[in-house]
Amino acid sequence: MSDIEQRVKKIVAEQLGANEADVKNSSSFVDDLGADSLDTVELVMALEEEFDCEIPDEEAEKITNVQQAIDYVSGHLK
Amino acid sequence: MSNQARPHSARRRVVVTGLGVVSPVGIGVDSAWANLIAGNSGISRITKFDPSHFASQIAGEVKGFDVTQFLPAKDARRMDTFIQYGMVAAIEAVKDSGIVATEENAERIGVAIGSGIGGLGMIEDTQKTYDEGGPRKISPFFIPGTIINMISGNLSIMFGFKGPNVAIVTACTTGTHCIGDAARMIEYGDADVMVAGGAEAAITQLSVGGFASARALSGRNDDPATASRPWDKDRDGFVIGEGAGVMVLEEYESAKKRGAKIYAELTGYGMSADAYHMTAPNMDGPRRSMRNALQNAGVNADQVQFINAHGTSTPLGDANETNAIKAAFGEHAYKLVINSTKSMTGHLLGGAGGLESVFTVLSIHHQLSPPTINLFNQDPECDLDFCANTARDMKIDVALKNNFGFGGTNGSLVFQKI
Repeated sequence: MSDIEQRVKKIVAEQLGANEADVKNSSSFVDDLGADSLDTVELVMALEEEFDCEIPDEEAEKITNVQQAIDYVSGHLK
Repeated sequence: MSNQARPHSARRRVVVTGLGVVSPVGIGVDSAWANLIAGNSGISRITKFDPSHFASQIAGEVKGFDVTQFLPAKDARRMDTFIQYGMVAAIEAVKDSGIVATEENAERIGVAIGSGIGGLGMIEDTQKTYDEGGPRKISPFFIPGTIINMISGNLSIMFGFKGPNVAIVTACTTGTHCIGDAARMIEYGDADVMVAGGAEAAITQLSVGGFASARALSGRNDDPATASRPWDKDRDGFVIGEGAGVMVLEEYESAKKRGAKIYAELTGYGMSADAYHMTAPNMDGPRRSMRNALQNAGVNADQVQFINAHGTSTPLGDANETNAIKAAFGEHAYKLVINSTKSMTGHLLGGAGGLESVFTVLSIHHQLSPPTINLFNQDPECDLDFCANTARDMKIDVALKNNFGFGGTNGSLVFQKI
């Protein structure tokens, strides 16, 4: 597991109150991990904080599962 | 006057079937009551922030509070501390009552838990976040984490209580009004069960600074445990406290039918406004509040044995309440046993009415008055029996609870042995 993947999964688990073992690359925040709309907003803010980046709202809306978060962060790391 | 509240005999009866407490003298009813009876102070130097530059550096903080014992960590971190306190006290009260929401009764169970100030701690923190990072850094949970009705909201979600859901905000009378109005909802028929009380977590820099600016707080920083001294001649202001007190109110027949434990009956509720001054007390408002409660309960003044007073330890307020009690009770005032549990807990503001109503009910249940501690030299102007320094076994059939708030808003409750 890459460093980014590990960090993303850790944040997802923390923010959504899930077990890290249950956070798979394919996990959907809403359907698999029980997030609601406010949870996903907060999750994106936590990713911004962790990776020191800014995720515009229109991009944030497209991040709905763990892999998409990993891909976005990997592509936009400073 | 024809427009008075209906007398007790013509209404659905309301009883208390569950109690819950988060307080500076203990988390949970048993621990808090044991400390009260022992006369243990919950006041110490403020640890929530560095109080060195504040005129008042002492408070009744809740100690050893681990919210994750009661709520999922993910939910808890999105609630200001006042919501956490309210939730934990309410969970204890609901469990104590044995009430469970079912398809049949869910719409008949409501919640009325308020706060005087709300999520000021989270507001202060979020202002800092905003100043440093701008609007994008404001949490989506900031608003639901700070607004005052979110104890009632979160509790209804947790337990599936689908009845009335409100949160009255009347400064230091908040908890009293929540309980009184909740009882009215049961009497009127809007609900059969109401979870009611008040919560506060306002030991924050702005709150302590603000109350200190208003010259309301004790400056006895070198001796925290004796700083809250209602009716003592050397009292110098209130000590801020935090926590929550919540009770389950239930229609009498429904409580009896399910074999619930009944602590006491809530028979009277009175309200009034001073129509006088924003912060200074006035004798006639509290007098009318007490008289209205007695009339609503259908009891004569001389039937009352015990008062859990507002008793905040401010020079003006304690003398004013003493005079108001004399005006409301006449000569019988001298036969009353009057207690201020704020001498041990400090002043929980919007949580005070909730916590102290729980204590009033426990006083009836145990037939015992907690002491008013730190009554070293009783103020000659306050010449009633304040149950100085030692708890007292006594007969309590009828008890009165007072709270008075900024704005000149007053509330009184009458609880009776059943």
